[in-house]
Amino acid sequence: MAQMTMIQAITDALRTELKNDENVLVFGEDVGVNGGVFRATEGLQKEFGEDRVFDTPLAESGIGGLAVGLSLQGFRPVPEIQFFGFVYEVMDSISGQLARMSFRSAGHFHAPVTIRSPFGGGVATPEMHADSLEGLMAQQPGLKVVIPSGPYDAKGLLISSIRDEDPVIFLEHMKLYRSFREEVPEEEYTIPLGKAEVKKEGSDLSIITYGAMVRESLKAAEELEKEGHSVEVIDLRTVQPIDVETIISSVEKTNRAIVVQEAQRQAGIAANVVAEITERAILSLEAPVLRVTAPDTIYPYAQGENTWLPAAKDIVEAAKKVLEF
Amino acid sequence: MAAKKANAFDPEQTLREIEDKFEMLQVLNEEGEIINKEMDPGLSDEQLTELMTRMVWTRILDQRSISLNRQGRLGFYAPTAGQEASQLASQYALESEDFILPGYRDVPQIIFHGLPLEQAFLWSRGHFHGSDVPDGVNIFLPQIIIGAQYIQAAGVALGKQKRGEKSVVITYTGDGGTSQGDFYEGINFAGAYNSPAIFIIQNNQYAISTPRSLQTKGKTLAQKGIAAGIPSVLVDGMDPLAVYAVTKQARERALNGGGPTLIETMCYRYGPHTMAGDDPTRYRTSETDSEWEKRDPLIRFRKYLEGKDLWNEEKENEVIDRAKEEIKAAIKKADAAPKQKVSDFLNIMYRGEMPQNVKEQLDIYTEKESK
Repeated sequence: MAQMTMIQAITDALRTELKNDENVLVFGEDVGVNGGVFRATEGLQKEFGEDRVFDTPLAESGIGGLAVGLSLQGFRPVPEIQFFGFVYEVMDSISGQLARMSFRSAGHFHAPVTIRSPFGGGVATPEMHADSLEGLMAQQPGLKVVIPSGPYDAKGLLISSIRDEDPVIFLEHMKLYRSFREEVPEEEYTIPLGKAEVKKEGSDLSIITYGAMVRESLKAAEELEKEGHSVEVIDLRTVQPIDVETIISSVEKTNRAIVVQEAQRQAGIAANVVAEITERAILSLEAPVLRVTAPDTIYPYAQGENTWLPAAKDIVEAAKKVLEF
Repeated sequence: MAAKKANAFDPEQTLREIEDKFEMLQVLNEEGEIINKEMDPGLSDEQLTELMTRMVWTRILDQRSISLNRQGRLGFYAPTAGQEASQLASQYALESEDFILPGYRDVPQIIFHGLPLEQAFLWSRGHFHGSDVPDGVNIFLPQIIIGAQYIQAAGVALGKQKRGEKSVVITYTGDGGTSQGDFYEGINFAGAYNSPAIFIIQNNQYAISTPRSLQTKGKTLAQKGIAAGIPSVLVDGMDPLAVYAVTKQARERALNGGGPTLIETMCYRYGPHTMAGDDPTRYRTSETDSEWEKRDPLIRFRKYLEGKDLWNEEKENEVIDRAKEEIKAAIKKADAAPKQKVSDFLNIMYRGEMPQNVKEQLDIYTEKESK
């Protein structure tokens, strides 16, 4: 086992799959010589050659279209979109083409493409780089959307995503890239897509969350424990499809839930989680299910982001409302 | 017979002929000598001095911005040294009623077009006061999405046409930007409508780390305009007089109903892509750097102006001192900007009636912020 940051775990997963399967191709803007702007592909071109790991001209829609075409040729493309804020440039390739590949060919074609991209905020990027656009992706049938909350999950989930036969949007929170290290096995391992993880067990309240908000939720849970509340924290890991079974069995135990996302209230995944809970477990509930989210504005300018982003104190506040309801 | 048929149909020859036509236009060589008198735009002594002043001022702004960024006193910054002639001589060929759609590196042009320096700093820091362009300043915000400004420029130009305005639009992207769909759509739309637009490609040789050679098989970027049917020019982007001359001509052509022009300015960025961790030594050699530095726009323009007795060390020092003072004063003003609140963000979301969700959240955040 080695201590790795999330970015190192991602590089390790890419290396593992480049070794395992000669059809895996890694490409994007500056992923070659430069190793990616976040260094996620550091050293991979040197190790696997320009045939397998290569730079593209600067065009997100081109990268997406290339992935569609390469998958028609039997490859397993793992393109990088440099920042997920640029995803609008490649929306047709993702939602209009990749997501429909199996359906519109009656299952004849399929697209085992994993699009990796940094997303989220809190690292003072220029405008339009930071955002939480997983909700946009999750609303597109045909896609799976995976969001690791740390180094260990990142490696296992990325390997599973690459091996998946359908298109996966793999979103890497920028703030998690280097913020902490975890034990990550050097050998290969997979983590199933569509399965949540109970990060911490508890009996009074379920906090359902994903991505960078997992750490904030664990912090909040610690605060709440000090005041005598037993809190369960669930990391969705995959936000589309969501693991309804794990969520519902938790809520049936705790009878109270809040859903936490970094995305704006009108965006993200939380509304879907709340809907599943009310449809399936309303009789177990002793309080409304509240959401902790960012407000409904455009992702703010860098100097304003820290007051805008949801944090542990907001989670504690919502949790208390639900616990005291 | 077969050979004759092959000669009658030779697309490779057509390509070679077109590509060979694109020679890099130059007025002032690296020694500061006029080598193309016919193309010399004939600027007055005062204009020459002003253009030099702006280039020196901007070099100082670049140096100060880099060091302010390192001290954590500035936010996002994309260095400009090496591109002064390309940026400032093209802007100098405009009138204040002309509209600029800049890329994120094109902040100097919009400062000289009227954006107060403290606002440029606030934009860099990520404060919304920086983006609140003063009325009457004809600019759009620096574009972040590569190439998006090109198709928007076609829209502004079409609007000017419809309004019968006697002015033009200018927009800037880099070598990487020419690979985006928006680039082709922009030059094509403006061509199709014959709109008054000037499209500048500042070919600084690298799109972050990706070399120009990887963007396209085309020998030049300027030749991309040919497919759109618009006049296209390749110019030495480190020669202020050549950049000025081709931009001025493009402007006149546009005003006279000649439609858009595509201009490729050959230049170099001495610094990193941005100050956010880019390390040019990963993808460029110091030999390449120093080759380009020999072509520096300030060095050759200084020599030229000194030869005409229009410039000397004392003058340059005056400009440097003034630049430093103005930067200091602007930073002080920027420091005084109020802290941004979530209620500020909610308030600027919509121009018209505030939607219910925003109104409700505004109440919640306003109350929280008052505590």
